[in-house]
Amino acid sequence: MPDGAAPVLAVSGLKTVFRTRGGEIHAVNDVGFRLRPGELLGVVGESGSGKSVTMMSLLGLLPSPPAEVRAGVVLFDGRDLLKLAPEELRGVRGGGIGFIFQDPMTSLNPVFTVGFQIMEPLRRHMGLDRRRAAARAAELLDLVGIPDARARLADFPHQFSGGMRQRVMIAIALACDPRVLIADEPTTALDVTIQAQILELVRDLRRKLGMAIIWITHDLGVIAGIADRVMVMYAGQVVEEAPVAAVFANPRHPYTRALLETIPHVRGQRAPRLKVIEGQPPILLAAPAACPFRARCAHAMPRCAAENPALRAAGTGHAVACHWDAPAGREARHG
Amino acid sequence: MAEAARRPLVEVRGLRMYFPITAGLFRRKVGDVKAVDDVSLDIFEGETLGLVGESGCGKSTCGRAILRLYDITAGSIRLDGVEIGHLGQAELRRLRPRMQMVFQDPQASLNPRMTLAGIIGEPLVEHARMTPAGRLERIYALMDAVGLNRAFANRYPHEFSGGQRQRIGIARALALNPGFIVCDEPIAALDVSIQAQVVNLLEELQARFGLTYLFISHDLSMVRHIATRVAVMYLGGIVEIADRDMLYSAPLHPYTQALLSAVPEPDPEGESRRRRIILVGDVPSPARPPAGCRFSTRCPRVMDICRRQAPELLPAAAGGMVACHLHTLQDQPTAGRTGGPRAAPREPSGQIQQGELR
Ligand SMILES: Nc1ncnc2c1ncn2[C@@H]1O[C@H](COP(=O)(O)OP(=O)(O)OP(=O)(O)O)[C@@H](O)[C@H]1O
Ligand SMILES: Nc1ncnc2c1ncn2[C@@H]1O[C@H](COP(=O)(O)OP(=O)(O)OP(=O)(O)O)[C@@H](O)[C@H]1O
Ligand SMILES: [Mg+2]
Ligand SMILES: [Mg+2]
Repeated sequence: MPDGAAPVLAVSGLKTVFRTRGGEIHAVNDVGFRLRPGELLGVVGESGSGKSVTMMSLLGLLPSPPAEVRAGVVLFDGRDLLKLAPEELRGVRGGGIGFIFQDPMTSLNPVFTVGFQIMEPLRRHMGLDRRRAAARAAELLDLVGIPDARARLADFPHQFSGGMRQRVMIAIALACDPRVLIADEPTTALDVTIQAQILELVRDLRRKLGMAIIWITHDLGVIAGIADRVMVMYAGQVVEEAPVAAVFANPRHPYTRALLETIPHVRGQRAPRLKVIEGQPPILLAAPAACPFRARCAHAMPRCAAENPALRAAGTGHAVACHWDAPAGREARHG
Repeated sequence: MAEAARRPLVEVRGLRMYFPITAGLFRRKVGDVKAVDDVSLDIFEGETLGLVGESGCGKSTCGRAILRLYDITAGSIRLDGVEIGHLGQAELRRLRPRMQMVFQDPQASLNPRMTLAGIIGEPLVEHARMTPAGRLERIYALMDAVGLNRAFANRYPHEFSGGQRQRIGIARALALNPGFIVCDEPIAALDVSIQAQVVNLLEELQARFGLTYLFISHDLSMVRHIATRVAVMYLGGIVEIADRDMLYSAPLHPYTQALLSAVPEPDPEGESRRRRIILVGDVPSPARPPAGCRFSTRCPRVMDICRRQAPELLPAAAGGMVACHLHTLQDQPTAGRTGGPRAAPREPSGQIQQGELR
């Protein structure tokens, strides 16, 4: 990927808050990243760290109230998406930017057939008539590996298995050949062979259409196979960002290092007990003023309680938000 | 595990679960989706049987049918020696505390109008006699166990992230200390550290209370970690079932081999070199399964007989059971034992250690 290429999507200073009865939850704090054409940015991070909320904020997909996108700039196509009117945003969504939601059952409408839901964006954004939309819908379902695609267009979502529903979501997001695809845990319900097929499809689309992709996943094996760059999130902020090889070979943030140690493997020695990262992430009732990982960190020092570390350069294209200077490599165990 | 000590807690024989396909205005029945088509298996007391297989092959349906969340089409299911395959809803209700399910779709299975404490406590209200204070104590203990902050007790499901919601479902299933739990992709939405936390918890509970699990997952590395035996399903039927170490080190069925070869490794360099067995050919539909072996349309080692005659699930020479002509025709006894191009070396000890638990 040429480093100089202008980004298709550039996000900076994003801040999203939920107003709840128990006070404000500062779910996303000062998040920024850039996505270049054809690039695949992998996003990993603790459950609840703000991965989904970040991406949904970009496209105005969060219900407001309780959500409030308080600050930030999201540049796509020379426009700030956070400033667009709702109908303009709807045009971007499903047209220029495709979005695959984490929870397929809630984002598919149970009262409409699967076919209707795939055809809808085709008719709205691509102007296809009924017959051609139906043909294209069957083609898309087939592309994501659903057998008997044409016949199954008439099924309702509950008649599909979990993984089949997830693939319907993928088909819908891909329907209009978007320039940017945001995929939130798109393959969690898929077995490895179908996942491999989907990953192949994605590679193909990147090559052919130059589609840029944000791929949220907790599967580091998938990240290793498809990502160009990786962004690691913790407690609503970006704690590390780096080219994929550097994240695995030379992780700098203690959270990233701990995360890599917890993975079980299908080959080689089987550990009797899985490693975990002890403790829980903080509840973000305010934007963190100190490092949010410090209570669980083996390298915490006084400074970590006094000052929330900002992202700093730690190698070529590598940035980390940590006061500690990690030794090179990942074998150095802590504790 | 000594053979003699194994007592089947769940015995499934000839299980079939068909969903009708209807057409036209009057919803005339025109065929069946054969989601589960003649499955027989035992789940031994205190073990974890892993159930893996392609998306849509019938794993969830199988798990739900075993717990009788469906009226099954045919077959027999015995729980602790008692036939439950054809019990009515009232009788099933009495059995519910003993068998629970963690659902694949956390969002859809949580009541949006109940708080987290309400959701986790509901089975306690329904089936256990407890004081409100005792109940709250239990709810907190469950929340601690799955790593949910106690301060969240009065929040509603939509206020949680995907992974947090999945943990609510797990806490709820554990509430009544059931003896048998079907875990349907219980960790799919969790990050690896919390996956590990939940899996360790399931193992701890198993060691302490002798729980039995049917663990449905497409995460083969996690199944390798938690399961004692593994069943591989393809298009509604079991194609292979074997002890964990045997299945991972020397998979016999060509489908199992392809599946294991497709697991991505968290190592960018290894990933670019890894050789996968890519399956080509038509993915068949459970409404019209192919004649002969179900896998014959995609099998890289298909023979003539495979298109004519369905192989039975039979004991394999090396242990375990496999439904494949390569292994049941004589002269070919070692055909698959090479384990495919990516077989991992066998481990020296196959015993699973239940961690450092008492
Ligand atoms: N409607 C809401 N009201 C209050 N808090 C919310 C709401 N939606 C999300 N949150 C909080 O925002 C935080 C970030 O959630 P998000 O869904 O982005 O996490 P995530 O990183 O995608 O996690 P996962 O990997 O589990 O999907 C979580 O702590 C969650 O509890
Ligand atoms: N209520 C239903 N009505 C009709 N068909 C159904 C119903 N439930 C499941 N099916 C079909 O049965 C088959 C098996 O579905 P099931 O949900 O058991 O698959 P699975 O192995 O759990 O897949 P996944 O890994 O994607 O969750 C699929 O073809 C599905 O479409
Ligand atoms: Mg999420
Ligand atoms: Mg399923």
